[in-house]
Parts: sequence; structure tokens; C-alpha cells
Amino acid sequence: MLVYVIKRILLMIPTLFGAAVLVFLLMRAIPGDACMLRMATGGGSIDSHVLQACRAELGTDQPMLVQFLDFLKGLVTLDFGNSMWSGRPIIHEVGLRFQLSLQVAIMATLTAILISIPLGTISAVRHNTWIDYVVRSFSIAGVAMPSFWLGILIILGILITSKAWFGSPWMPPITYVPIWVDPLTNLSMLIWPALATGYRYSAVATRMTRSAMLEVLREDYVRTARAKGLFQKLIVRRHALRNALLPVVTVIGIEFAFLMGGLVVTEQVFNLNGLGKLFVESVQNHDYNMTQALVMIVVAIFAVTNLAIDILYGWLDPRIRYT
Amino acid sequence: MATMTRPAAPAASGADQAPSRPSWLATFWRFCRQNPLGAVGGLVVLLMILMAALADVVTFYDPTRNNFGAMLEPPSADYWLGTDQFGRDLYSRIVYGARTALLVGFVSASVGGTVGLILGVASAHFRGRLDLILTGVMDVLMAFPLIILALAMVSIFGTGTSNVIMAITIPFIPRCARVVRSSALAVREMPYIDAARACGFGHARIILRHMVPNVFAPYLVIMTAAVGQAILLESSLSFLGLGVQEPVAAWGLMLRGGAQDYAESAPWVAVYPGIAISLAVFGFNLFGDALRDWLDPKMKI
Repeated sequence: MLVYVIKRILLMIPTLFGAAVLVFLLMRAIPGDACMLRMATGGGSIDSHVLQACRAELGTDQPMLVQFLDFLKGLVTLDFGNSMWSGRPIIHEVGLRFQLSLQVAIMATLTAILISIPLGTISAVRHNTWIDYVVRSFSIAGVAMPSFWLGILIILGILITSKAWFGSPWMPPITYVPIWVDPLTNLSMLIWPALATGYRYSAVATRMTRSAMLEVLREDYVRTARAKGLFQKLIVRRHALRNALLPVVTVIGIEFAFLMGGLVVTEQVFNLNGLGKLFVESVQNHDYNMTQALVMIVVAIFAVTNLAIDILYGWLDPRIRYT
Repeated sequence: MATMTRPAAPAASGADQAPSRPSWLATFWRFCRQNPLGAVGGLVVLLMILMAALADVVTFYDPTRNNFGAMLEPPSADYWLGTDQFGRDLYSRIVYGARTALLVGFVSASVGGTVGLILGVASAHFRGRLDLILTGVMDVLMAFPLIILALAMVSIFGTGTSNVIMAITIPFIPRCARVVRSSALAVREMPYIDAARACGFGHARIILRHMVPNVFAPYLVIMTAAVGQAILLESSLSFLGLGVQEPVAAWGLMLRGGAQDYAESAPWVAVYPGIAISLAVFGFNLFGDALRDWLDPKMKI
């Protein structure tokens, strides 16, 4: 097992390296740079000496290869350097936002699990009945609805109901406080985006649970269990669900990884200062260091989640052995 | 929709015609009867295409003309779905928005899908170093969330409809290539490919005439799914202000800015464009699912 994990971690290196090359080149393919943008926002004409000095300060006047090696060195030592826009250390800037995004991702995942596994199971057990149709429509709608629109609707709903019930409109707080400082404020802020993304995410997982369960319920061992006279509940829970969970775990894991960086639009709707928003800002500001760091964080999370999924497989299905 | 019997009516009526291919219409009927949900999806897609094609005929206002005398009007006989903060008719904008959505959806799905098809089949056919490099690059690209990759592309190409199409097409390529490649790997081992090779056919002939037609089913399925995804992605980008630009009518753009500010006093501005996006994606997804069941019940994506 340990050997397997080490092997997998070593196999991550080419992916991470590829991602590093890609993001490095992509950023430099964007027309303009941070210095020109800084001067442009300052107004007036661009003085070539000042531009030169700025580039020297940021290190963008160096040859590409030198810049890339610098970036790699930073990656290996986990020192991402300073933001090219604000000048502050990247670790510092990312810190709180990472917490926020992680919390939303975890809450959305919990929402998705709580919705999808029971619904998917019921839908499969009651295959082709009205319950199945309702669940399927619910999940198809979830995939089709853009989560930012759902977010707008949720905000609209909060406004209307709070006005009707309390007389004055209530809006979720907009400044982030960690959950251990003030859990109530924290949750009342983050529960909404978690619901909006969790629903969409649950839709994908429900469909997967349903189809996996349908397949498993047709297996011989389920028939044997039924012939043995076991209760339906026991069959579903102990014999079917556990075997059906493999693909569901994959879907949930992959979505979780994507949520960490892919919440760009939902964060915009709820005005959250998360990783997604930071990413959009850093791309727009041509902040090479920041964008590179963010992309590497997201890709690393993706790779680690994939590994975690594979390890979880072994636990869910003892037949799978890693050597 | 009573019971579903396999050898349905069309088979019986086709029996006296010789056992040739069932007619186009018969196949169509069988598809609808076996996949009622898919037929609904197909209907939504068809309606959307009609709406986009006949946009000039079915609307009464210019979708881009401001009318400051009729700002944020609620839905009425004059303005079926109300007006936005610039007094533009929402119904007209939604109908014209279907054009934008379909254009982006179809072009990026078909171009991205086709490039992916070629790369996937070539990668499976040639194996060796080419396969290794291509799979490596695809894996790296797949490690990026779709929206992040699309945002990066938009920053390079710039905003506007044609650039958005490019930005959405590129992230689709690896997704399609991967699915096609795995099917093509199976096709490659088939005896008829060996036979073709034994006949001395060139690579191009084997790929185009023998492999591509046999991986067409997964290609079609992933392309239909991609149209829905592309529409969703385009609306997300436009919502962020990084996609289609004003004054072009696009659903995501309609939800930007004004929709949120006026949501409370003029909820129609925020509600209808969202319904349009959801319905369109819903239609393509249902249709795609049914197509998958129809073409290859065992395939999973």
C-alpha cells in the first residue's frame, strides 16, 4: 500500500510539471503585462524607463527560461513569491480565501452526499415508478440549471421571505469570518452558495448513484440475498449500496476537486472573496505569480483527490488491492 | 405510454416491404416510443432551433434598441416577458439569445468534438510516442476545471462571440479525444482492421474509412452533451462579463448587472433568461442521454 501511494505521488510529478509549463506559457500568451497595466491605470503616457524599471523589479525582463526555472524553484520550495499586483506575499493573499473556498466546497459536498445517495437509491429501488420520475426530473433540472442563476433565485427568495416575515429585507453577511470565530455569521454567509452549488453537484451524483444501483440490483448476489429471505432494507444497504458506491465516490471526488477552483461564477453572485474570484482578478491583472500559484494549487488538489479516491476504492471494495 | 414492447408496430409494417433498412420515419418513431424523455428533449432542441431561425418573424421589437420610456415594465400584452432596465423587450432578447446560444453551442461542440475525434483515433491507431505525448497533454488539460481553462483562453483571445467560441472549443478537445480514444483502442483490435492492414491500405484510409465510422456513436453522444455544456459555459462567461458583449442578446449577459440589482422590484429580468438557459441545457441533455441509450446502451460517459 505504502509503495503504491509513493508510486502514485511520484506519478503526479509529470502532471504537475505539465500544468506548470502550460500555465506559464498561457499567462505569457496574454497580450500585455502587469507593468503596462499598472501604468495604464495610473493614467498618462507610458515612460519606457519606468516600464523598464518595473519589469526589472518584477523579473519579467529576464529570459523566459530563467523565469520558468525561478517559478519551478519556487514550486519545489513551496515559496510562491509575491503578488505582482499587490506586492504582498502570495501565501498571505491566498490564506483566508483558501479557507473560504475549502469550506464552501466541503459544505457543498456534504449537501450533495446527503441529497444524492438516498435519492439515487430510492430512485433505483423504485425503478420506473413516479418516485423514480420525480427524482430523475429533479436531478436533470439540477444539471441544466446554471448555479449562478440558482444563486440569484436564492438571493431573491431570501429578500422576499425576509421582507414578508420580518418586515425588513435581510441579506447574508458579506465579510468572511472563520467558522471557529463566529460560527453563526460564518454559516449564515456560506450556507447559500453551498446549497446553490450543492444542488447542481448532487444532481450529477444522484444520476450516478441511480445507474450504479440499478446495475448492482440485477447482480446474482442480490438475487441470492433476496432468495435467502433477507429484508429489502438490509439487501439495499449492505449488499447493493456498498458495491454501487465506487463510481459515486469517483464523481463526488472529482467534483470536489473542481469546486475548489471552479466556483468562479457562484462566488461572483454571492460576492464571496474566494479562490475563483482571486483567479479572475489575477488573470485580468496579468499577475503571473499569483495565477501560476493558484493554478498549481488547484491542479495539486485535483491530483491528491484522485489519489484519495483510489485509496478509498480499496476500502470500499476489498477485492481491489494495490501493490 | 403503456408497456414497451420491442418488436413494435414499425417492424410489422416493414415486414412486407422486404427486410431492408427500416424507413427513416419508422426509426424516428421507434426512438420516440422507446425514449419518451429523449423525444421531449429533441422537441425542446427543435423548438429552440426554430426560434433562432425565425427570430425576425416571431418577435416585434429590436432586441438591441433601448426604450427609456418603457424601463423595467412588468410582463404585459405589449411586452410578453417584460422589459429590462434599458427598456429592451425581454421576449425578443430571449428569442435572439437562442441564436447566440446555438451558434456558440453547435460550433464549439462540433469543432472541438471533431478535432478530438481525429486526435483520439490517431492516438489509438499509431500508439507509441504520439499516443504517449497526446495522452500526456490531454491529461494535463483535463486537470484544469473547464471554466478556468475557458477563462484563460478568453484572456488570450479577448471577449466577443467568436473569441468565446474559440475559448470554449479548446477545452472540449481533450474531453472528446479521451472518450474517442478509449473506443478506438477497442476498434483497433478488431479483425477487420487487421484485414485492412493486410490489404496494404494506408494510415489515412484505415483511420478515415475503417476506424472513424466505428467510433461515431461515442463521438455523437459526447458532442450532443457538449452542446449543452457549451451553452452553460457561454452563459457563465457572459455573466462574468468575459463572454459575449453588449448589446448582443445572450442569456448569460441578460442575468448580469441589472438582473441582480433590480431582482426584487423586477424579478422577471432575473427569472426568464435563467429559464431559457435551463430549458436549452435540459433539452440537449435529455436528447443526448436518449441518443446514448439508443446507440449504445452499455456505454458510459
